[in-house]
Amino acid sequence: MTVNLAKGQSISLQKSDGGALSVVRMGLGWKAAPRRGLFGSRTREIDLDASAVLFADRQPVDVVFFQHLVSDDGSVRHTGDNLVGGAGGGGDDESILVDLQRVPVHISQIVFTVNSFTGQTFQEVQDAFCRLVDESNGQELARYTLTGGGQYTAQVMAKVYRAGNGWQMAAIGSPTSGRTFQDLMPAIAAHL
Amino acid sequence: MSAELVRGQNHPLPDNRLEVRVSAGRPVIAGVTLGDAQGKVRDSAWVAHPASPKLPGLEVSRQAAADHRLAVDLGALPGDVHWVNVLLALPVVDGAPRTFGAVAAPFVAITGLDGTEIATYTITDLDAESAVVAVELYLRKGSWKVRAVGQGYAGGLAAMLQDQGLPGAAEMAAAINEAVASGLARSVAPPPPRAEGDRTRRAATVGGNTAAAGQPPHPAPATPPGPPPGSGPGTQGPGTPGPGAQNRTQPPAQGAGGRLNYQHPNRRSAAPPAPPEPAPTAADPSRPVAGNASGWTMEERLYNQVWGMFEDLARTTAAYRSAVDFADSRMDQELDRALSDPAARVGAAADAARSSARARHSALVDQAKASLDRDIAQLAAEAAVVEPALPPAFAAWDSAVWHGYQVPMETPMAVRLGDLHLPEHPELRIPMLVRLPLERGLWIDSGRSPNTPMTVDSDQARKLAMEVGVALATRMLAAYPASDFTVNVIDPAGSGAAALAPLVHSGALKDPVATGAGGVSSMIAKLIQRVDLVQMAVRGGASDALPQHLDLSEQLLIVNDFPYGFDDRSVTQLRYLADEGPSVGVHLMMVADREDARAYGPVLDPLWRSLLRLTPTPDDHLADPWVGHAWTFSPQLPPPDSLVLHQVGERVSAARRAWGSGG
Repeated sequence: MTVNLAKGQSISLQKSDGGALSVVRMGLGWKAAPRRGLFGSRTREIDLDASAVLFADRQPVDVVFFQHLVSDDGSVRHTGDNLVGGAGGGGDDESILVDLQRVPVHISQIVFTVNSFTGQTFQEVQDAFCRLVDESNGQELARYTLTGGGQYTAQVMAKVYRAGNGWQMAAIGSPTSGRTFQDLMPAIAAHL
Repeated sequence: MSAELVRGQNHPLPDNRLEVRVSAGRPVIAGVTLGDAQGKVRDSAWVAHPASPKLPGLEVSRQAAADHRLAVDLGALPGDVHWVNVLLALPVVDGAPRTFGAVAAPFVAITGLDGTEIATYTITDLDAESAVVAVELYLRKGSWKVRAVGQGYAGGLAAMLQDQGLPGAAEMAAAINEAVASGLARSVAPPPPRAEGDRTRRAATVGGNTAAAGQPPHPAPATPPGPPPGSGPGTQGPGTPGPGAQNRTQPPAQGAGGRLNYQHPNRRSAAPPAPPEPAPTAADPSRPVAGNASGWTMEERLYNQVWGMFEDLARTTAAYRSAVDFADSRMDQELDRALSDPAARVGAAADAARSSARARHSALVDQAKASLDRDIAQLAAEAAVVEPALPPAFAAWDSAVWHGYQVPMETPMAVRLGDLHLPEHPELRIPMLVRLPLERGLWIDSGRSPNTPMTVDSDQARKLAMEVGVALATRMLAAYPASDFTVNVIDPAGSGAAALAPLVHSGALKDPVATGAGGVSSMIAKLIQRVDLVQMAVRGGASDALPQHLDLSEQLLIVNDFPYGFDDRSVTQLRYLADEGPSVGVHLMMVADREDARAYGPVLDPLWRSLLRLTPTPDDHLADPWVGHAWTFSPQLPPPDSLVLHQVGERVSAARRAWGSGG
């Protein structure tokens, strides 16, 4: 069962059988720019980047993005930068894995963002989506469609945060603009 | 994609021609028994073992070995064969481990002829067993399948063969052990005579549950050794061991009340809460297994496991330090805030604010410490099983592997330079393994540093540095096959003679230690010539044109007391060796105090920078590649009064003489 999250909606990351989630994955997928015949190599490639920012209270502690693929504590891992996108069939082109049990005790929330590194707005990108998956069984927890998102180049997607003894996830879905996560920090701060 | 099997799981085999690869980390005997449709071994001609290694369609090794590759052609087997059991047993020789509980978990891979893995199985949970049925290949409805069995026998080969219905099982087991022992006789003592009663009193065990003493070796005589074809459901899909599989593979489990373990051995995150022996915490420390990492060989898996532990320790410590830093800064801010309002600076409210800030700080730090302690306990338990399983090139000098040390046939992938630890948990030592051949030379710093203990004066530091260098050189000699590695020593004033004694007296050095100005320059000239000729040959693509007399083994040059006794020309030549040597197999080990060479000015700075600095006393100068913590390096030295260096040197020189006379 997939929840299509609406803006601001939040779901608890408890499994349906009551057990707590252990590993979640944020997947990002989009369709590569169409080839243009003879000069296909000159196609303007589309490079979207997924990032995760780890916060202790409101203070950023660590960032996982294409230049720092593993958080220092090892709990958050980016599987690698995809520069061109995929076939657009719904598969993830970039993934960030979060081992929730391994997240350091002082980290209270993790914010996921998406940026267009090459500058195309979400209006120009086809079949772009972002989703959160329970990695232990592959079940999709939440999905966001980015395509048609207007003249924006970035989006603050969602956050997972500590609530009681477990974790909760809140959809944010707030569009903004920026090339990398650094440009997004003010926009992220508004959602902590 | 290959299937990773758990005990009892089966998997279809796509082809009749296969290879069964076994890696166990220690020499084991591999054998095969054939069974008919009832699973019964008809007679001794249906057993392939070291004394009689060949059967139609398959052949096993004549010797105990850490790695086995059995080629099997299922189509060429006798027509009435329905079962092929692959067995492993520990050789009964002095110095060898007696139970599988004392060695790393054996790993079995079924591969096609091109090497692609079809199915793999790591045999975990063995304890007092000395023989185990690893996997079985069986015919089901006209096609062959493989099943992970992992059935161990504390009674050894005899009990296992008897359980398979072989007449004369004890005699055959004795013959196998004798054949293996004679194969090993060149290096280890023959097996001690074993009492016959000893063997029968010990019962089969499963899953580490030792059956009650006095139980006959046939633990469940009511259960036939295998279901007749057609009696089973015949529809067992891979991954769902049906009732037939349980009956077949676990007969003693039902008799002895043991439990099946379907847990995948390589899935650490979801491991069951099996209580480890020391029971460090009551949490969920999954029972660690040596060799529990990816890799083609046991050596590679241990190497990867050690590096995995290194990374885990770096990261869990990073999490702890980050949490403590955050707690500190948060408390500072809260205390500042409490002070910033002059009206509320004193009084009960201010005290409450301060104490609540401190309480929040200690609560967070305690929480972080608890996670750190949990991870450390798990890593310590893992280290406790990994350390004894390490092969000589990785092992500590006090490890038992050195007692049974034999000159290897292949170069190992890495060598241990020392140990690393962090100040938070000095008791948890990670072996520092670096790949061979070395990419850069070594510099063992004989000077005193701010971290050198006050009890070690500069003379002792020099002496200790040379001892560390000799221990490392001995380890590398031991790690390489005979005559593949040569140690050269320059000791101009003879000040390292005491430390060098194990190398000199055991005959491990090919050439005498070079002393005096003449010795220094001729030794360096020899190695420069070696570098130049090989470089020319490699660049010109004419490696076969090298002169016959040239020593093409890897070379290590130990330089003691640099720069005393060196002229300017030799210094330049050393720099040349450090830069150009590693690519053609010539390595430099400087045992030197940088201060002594100060007179040369910055000329030598590139030399020091190009070498990996090691210290004779613990010093925190090494950084890990993930987080960049400062790790404290401690050298690996043999225990005091140990003769291990000397004994290893003798083995190496004996093997070299044998190799030289044979070739």
